[in-house]
Amino acid sequence: MSKTLIKIENLHASIEGKEILKGINLEIKEGEVHAIMGPNGSGKSTLSAVLAGRDIYEVTEGKVTFNGKNLLELAPEERSREGIFLAFQYPVEIKGVSIVNFMKAALEQHREHKGLEPLSPAEFLKLMKEKKELVEIDSKLTNRAVNEGFSGGEKKKNEVFQMAMLDPKLAILDETDSGLDIDALRIVANGVNKLRNEHNGFMVITHYQRLLDYIVPDVVHVLYDGRIVKTGGKELAFELEEKGYDWIKQEVEA
Amino acid sequence: MAKQDDDIILNEYSNKEYEAGFVTDIETEVFEKGLNEDIIRRLSEKKGEPQFMLDFRLKAYRRWLEMEEPDWALLEYEKPDFQAISYYAAPKSAPKYNSLDEVDPELIKTFEKLGIPLNEQKALAGVAVDVVMDSVSVHTTFQETLKEKGIIFCSISEAIREHPDLVEKYLASVVPIGDNYYAALNSAVFSDGSFAYIPKGVRCPMELSTYFRINQGNTGQFERTLIIADEGSYVSYLEGCTAPQRDENQLHAAVVEIVVMKDAEVKYSTVQNWYPGDKNGKGGVYNFVTKRGICKGDNSKLSWTQVETGSAVTWKYPSTILKGDNSVGEFYSVAVTNNHQQADTGTKMIHIGKNTKSTIISKGISLGHSNNSYRGLVKISANAENSRNFSQCDSLLIGDKCGAHTFPYIESENPTAIVEHEATTSKVSEDEVFYCNQRGLDTEQAVSLIVNGFAKEVLNQLPMEFAVEAQKLLALTLEGSVG
Repeated sequence: MSKTLIKIENLHASIEGKEILKGINLEIKEGEVHAIMGPNGSGKSTLSAVLAGRDIYEVTEGKVTFNGKNLLELAPEERSREGIFLAFQYPVEIKGVSIVNFMKAALEQHREHKGLEPLSPAEFLKLMKEKKELVEIDSKLTNRAVNEGFSGGEKKKNEVFQMAMLDPKLAILDETDSGLDIDALRIVANGVNKLRNEHNGFMVITHYQRLLDYIVPDVVHVLYDGRIVKTGGKELAFELEEKGYDWIKQEVEA
Repeated sequence: MAKQDDDIILNEYSNKEYEAGFVTDIETEVFEKGLNEDIIRRLSEKKGEPQFMLDFRLKAYRRWLEMEEPDWALLEYEKPDFQAISYYAAPKSAPKYNSLDEVDPELIKTFEKLGIPLNEQKALAGVAVDVVMDSVSVHTTFQETLKEKGIIFCSISEAIREHPDLVEKYLASVVPIGDNYYAALNSAVFSDGSFAYIPKGVRCPMELSTYFRINQGNTGQFERTLIIADEGSYVSYLEGCTAPQRDENQLHAAVVEIVVMKDAEVKYSTVQNWYPGDKNGKGGVYNFVTKRGICKGDNSKLSWTQVETGSAVTWKYPSTILKGDNSVGEFYSVAVTNNHQQADTGTKMIHIGKNTKSTIISKGISLGHSNNSYRGLVKISANAENSRNFSQCDSLLIGDKCGAHTFPYIESENPTAIVEHEATTSKVSEDEVFYCNQRGLDTEQAVSLIVNGFAKEVLNQLPMEFAVEAQKLLALTLEGSVG
């Protein structure tokens, strides 16, 4: 039996008094990839933001256990150091801060949390090189400031690169496929596939089945109106692609 | 919601106490408070000055008496009571040492607390450090090496005694005694400071550095610095300072004059970290400085770089007079204000020669309840054919109780001149901070990183030895350590 990575129980969250998540139950075990699909406005991005600790959302009810810890009690940076990584749908620019320095700062925090010494500059650069090759990202990109002047595809590649550097236990990909052409999509998906192993887990949030051709999920959940209304294997994604979301809505509302 | 985040950032930063706040206990000899001609005579006598210096001081004092304290800057502060200040304080023990071992251990401790042990500095950076602790130089290093090259680097008091001809020729040649209220006061009562002369064609082999330190409570500091770079020479000069924590306001009115001859280049860098006052704006240093240089000869260059994080009130415009043809002036500035700090700072670029060029990059960062103003003048005179200026003034706001202001003045009397000015104002967004949080950085680290990125263009101008200290001051741990 593989270990449970994250267990979400009856999670409710709202923004400015409006309830978005209305009782999410979800469990991801080590080695698993879960896809979260659903129509616009169903709460997919809210779920990822709440798990990462974005404080504009208020958790009103429920429990999230990650690595045996109460996730909801941790600050966003502590969640990151514990091993939660969020690949943002819209990564922001941090002007003047090179990706090299940004990653060095982040990695030092992660290592300190684990009780490890910081890497020497040489070791760090070696790790950078390895991970760059793994996710097929160009040095031209990593020498620039974080996301400054990046195209949509470059931003997403950068997210996957950072994921590789920080080696999270649970990676949440928030619509990482949006705005990607087919080549960029393949590179991003390949990166994710190379990072998959029996000790980590992925939550892949997507609107389309397309990404799941490349990142094959173990479990597919359909999120609708703040609840998971359907769970199945990867064939559920094909069904959704074929039939759209209307039949789900009808089922739920019936 | 956005506000909530801002408040957290604001609070974390506002609650930071000044870390360099402590007082060194060294016996000092102090004049009684007050200012009059008699005090000036005693000061001059105490320092063993020649007659011309006394005349200079008295002339300045008489000018000063006729002047009024200006109030055009965007600053609010209680006007100093000049009669409540003591104008001379000197360490009582021996004024000069041959080696560090002879230096008062208390003084060494002070520097160690600041993380700038002289020992290590000497070895590491090859920096000749002229320590000014309350007005009188107590330690000068590397004199001998410099002497071989014909470079004079000493306290200005020593220069007045040993090189009166140079001092008499250049003192007040860039900042006349009646230039402004505080420059006049400084000319009358300046206690000590630094003097550097780089002879023709000599490239100074090391960074010249002065660490200033205000140590005696209620002692006004009136430093005087004079740098002369003769034809074809080069020097990089570093000025850095931190002050111990104090309750009373301390006035600092320095004058820096730089003369750059034909084909010479001077790079002047400052890291300023004087006590900014407490969270409620009580105490803190008044920093009213006049810094000016002249590119006297053709093809000369003067570059000012400053990182200003301290002082309760900063009023400072390092300026360059571009007199020689093809001369170049540069000004790079980062000014950070927090709590109730106020800064009105910028530069003046006065283009007189033909084909003169100036660049101004100013980065203002405001936090807490502080106010940060950029005030700059670019003046192109009628004869300055084909002159160019580029100015960029960026402001970064953290929180919603601080202010950023930009006052660019442009006067062009020559139609062939090109003057460009760009300005931006931005806020540290909660999206940026959250992005950093999500990668494992706490909010303080995130803000440091963002601020550092914002100021990068300027920090990159600092000499290596100084960049480290500047980053420390900005509470930045990473930028520049890799890659």
